[in-house]
Amino acid sequence: MHGYDKLIFELSVPGRVGHSLPEADVAEADLARLLPGRHLRTPPADLPEVSEFDVVRHYTRLSRMNYGVDTHFYPLGSCTMKYNPKVNEDMARLPGFACLHPLTPEEAAQGALRLMGELGDMLAEIVGMDAVSLQPAAGAQGELTGVLLIRAFHLDREGSPRKKVLVPDSAHGTNPASTTIAGYQTIQLKSDANGEVDLLDLERHLDEDVAVFMITVPNTLGLFESKILEVTGMCHAKGAQVYMDGANLNALLGITRPGDLGFDVVHMNLHKTFTTPHGGGGPGAGPVGVKTHLTPFLPVPVPTRDGDRYRLNWKRPKSIGKLQSFWGNFGMLVRAYTYIRTMGPDGLRAVSENAILNANYVKARLERHYDLPYPGHCMHEVVFSARRQKRLGATATDIAKRLLDLGFYAPSIYFPLIVEEALMIEPTETESKETIDGFCEAMIQIAGEAETAPETVLAAPLTTPVRRLDQTLAARQPNLRWTRGPSAVGSGPVAAQGPGSPIAR
Amino acid sequence: MRHGDVMRYIGTTPAQRAEMLRTIGVEDVEALLERIPSKARLGRELALPPALAEGELVAHLRALAGENAHTDGYVSFLGAGACDHYVPSVINHLLLRSEFFTAYTPYQPEASQGTLRTIFEYQTMICELTGMDVTNASIYDGGSALAEAALMAHGVTERDQIVVSAAVSPLARRVVATYCAGPRLPIKTVPWVDGVTDLDALRRSVSAKTACVMVQYPNFFGALEELDAAAALAHEHGALLVVAVDPISLAVLRPPGEAGADIVVGEGQGLGNHLTFGGPYLGLFSCRKELVRRMPGRLVGATVDHDGRRGFVLTLQTREQHIRREKATSNICTNVALVALAATVYLALMGKEGLRRVAGLSTAKAHYAAEALGRVPGVEPRFGAPFFKEFALRLPKSPDRILRALRKQRILGGVALGQFDRQLRDAILVAVTERRTRAEIDAYAEALASVVA
Repeated sequence: MHGYDKLIFELSVPGRVGHSLPEADVAEADLARLLPGRHLRTPPADLPEVSEFDVVRHYTRLSRMNYGVDTHFYPLGSCTMKYNPKVNEDMARLPGFACLHPLTPEEAAQGALRLMGELGDMLAEIVGMDAVSLQPAAGAQGELTGVLLIRAFHLDREGSPRKKVLVPDSAHGTNPASTTIAGYQTIQLKSDANGEVDLLDLERHLDEDVAVFMITVPNTLGLFESKILEVTGMCHAKGAQVYMDGANLNALLGITRPGDLGFDVVHMNLHKTFTTPHGGGGPGAGPVGVKTHLTPFLPVPVPTRDGDRYRLNWKRPKSIGKLQSFWGNFGMLVRAYTYIRTMGPDGLRAVSENAILNANYVKARLERHYDLPYPGHCMHEVVFSARRQKRLGATATDIAKRLLDLGFYAPSIYFPLIVEEALMIEPTETESKETIDGFCEAMIQIAGEAETAPETVLAAPLTTPVRRLDQTLAARQPNLRWTRGPSAVGSGPVAAQGPGSPIAR
Repeated sequence: MRHGDVMRYIGTTPAQRAEMLRTIGVEDVEALLERIPSKARLGRELALPPALAEGELVAHLRALAGENAHTDGYVSFLGAGACDHYVPSVINHLLLRSEFFTAYTPYQPEASQGTLRTIFEYQTMICELTGMDVTNASIYDGGSALAEAALMAHGVTERDQIVVSAAVSPLARRVVATYCAGPRLPIKTVPWVDGVTDLDALRRSVSAKTACVMVQYPNFFGALEELDAAAALAHEHGALLVVAVDPISLAVLRPPGEAGADIVVGEGQGLGNHLTFGGPYLGLFSCRKELVRRMPGRLVGATVDHDGRRGFVLTLQTREQHIRREKATSNICTNVALVALAATVYLALMGKEGLRRVAGLSTAKAHYAAEALGRVPGVEPRFGAPFFKEFALRLPKSPDRILRALRKQRILGGVALGQFDRQLRDAILVAVTERRTRAEIDAYAEALASVVA
């Protein structure tokens, strides 16, 4: 879809109509008589005037400028870009779910509440926890929920929330950001030479001021923390709680469970492990599992079973409160429920075993071509370093862009921060060997090009709807909305900015 | 390992897996799990129900869905933060373009121009409706957007106190309280009088300690607040004015930006999204351009590519968690891009005139309903303030019982307000969208008359 440069506003023609609305069937429809004039708007919002077909063609064309899991292999580490089953979409769209108002009385919403209750029980079993809150809307909100639960727990037990939260230097950025919102100071711990938590550094920082240690398992290097039982034990000995960032849960299903590893809280990303789509950046869902001692603090309301009926329990005096106006991203819960019931226990175990197998296969095929900073078997993802290629002039960014030309989305790059020129690859269990082989061959080709024809790598991408974009211009002269007139970058032709403008490379 | 149904989501065959194990140089997958302490291994199968074939599963979920009183089978007057405005057919077809719904966050802009361009359009449309300079790519929902606004106001003003009207959704206020617990921001709640914020009480509550004043427009009871007065009170003390909106109303109501709002948030569910039992919804978040660097969430900006062509990227990312970590303006990462896409398509379809008609029809029918229901003996309007598409009614008998009786006639008559405010235990909140017909409203009035008689 190259060459299609329009914004919907640029298709607008006065008088063109894309809506279909009923005629007024009540006597008084004149707003000026119904509402005081000072509340009425003039002039109207400048929304586009386009036909229904204009809308359909425009957004269909735009969709074709995206790479999605359905069109391209998406080896994006830490994001678990697996196949999103179609039946999940159909189930979430059943009128009994899609057209159900959140304030429908409990007795008239039993099917929805039962689904939530059963999903909570199934997720609790999968992560080895005693209870699950389905309310958090995404992983980061799950983290905030988890840290607030721990805050409430310490406050209740010790009269003080404690002061500090420990995170490893390989942590996702959301961990320290969530910690700040929860009112804590973040302390970053060093990883040891194997990429795992450095027990000595942990010991040095663990004291009675530490509220919680947040850690991702497997960690963001794709490695299982082999000393995890010691880690959780050491934290508990100081009265600290241990939080598991469940972004990488796809490696653990039916193999081991956060609850059995000693964790007090875990969040799950339903849009990673449980196949709900990523949607170009959400919606997701980030349920949180907890051990019994944290259940009094769970967000309200808690879907609760009463005999064979379910209700929303608001009588929770120690609750941390609410994270969203209603009960959670229910549409995502329907999809995850559908997936778990599709897979069953043996299917989920097969998911993790195959995710691990595929990642180790990628590692085996690529380790001669890219540096592997942390050797040994990985779990569901593998992190390479492009430092060898960087010395030849091709950075992780360049490799990522070249992959786009070769028909693949890019790995996660420059994360985790502790790996120079990181390339983080997560193939997932749903890809075929043929696809994975094709990706590995592309990576090997690029490693070769970095040596023999680096200009090919540096010029990429050439086949995408646009080439490399000027990030500096975007940040220096923020242009965040379309306006009428030819002057702004977001509007009209952009020849004024010219081809001479500075580009990152 | 089981074959058949569950293996349809596994990409390799047993023979390929054996070959891959040989390439890795191990006997079996078990050999790859050596780092996991043996005593932490599960050692049994997960205690979950066995896998269902697709046909069995569909039947099971249809049965669960069938137990719910949904707005396709009932005539709904439910609102209080979510409404069944009509969702045009086109929206679902475009959302199911899997290049949109199976894509990730557009971190590789060259392979994500579709998503980026739609977000840029969304930002523009919401700026038009709210009258603000800048809109972000979305927050989870209206409640969490309001909570983020409280944190942002605290960051901008370096003050702690959050002043919030009791006529703001009590559910959203609960979210604000949750987010404010960590930074220990005290919340002062200003009472309502006759269904709108008590401006005298507001005047007494705002001081040099106030970070922001929060009101909702139209408010939780559907009534129209006096935004200019609220803005003047907030600004007099150097506080920000935060306004929570229903974006559909802004097709006909004066945008809060014109009244002096500093941050506008809102629940965008009504813009082309189904009710879905409360989520995923759409948190709108707009502000004045001077505040953009304190804004939470993603922003898409226009720029040019290597050849000088217009393109779009995520920008001003130094505010965000993946760059700034503990110093980020928010922890938000995944937001609700696909819901924002639905809103963009909806606003494009409705256009300048259509959205005004949706808002106008809702207002007209709501006023017709208020009059028709208010004529039922013993039933009266609870408040006198001007309202948009929702209004409170006082009932002569227990609202819960009346609503249950109406449900038997396949009418979802409204939301009982006693669950939120004991002063209102004799009242319900009724919402009317453009979907309701005069005949449905008349039937509701008739049913109500027989139920309260």
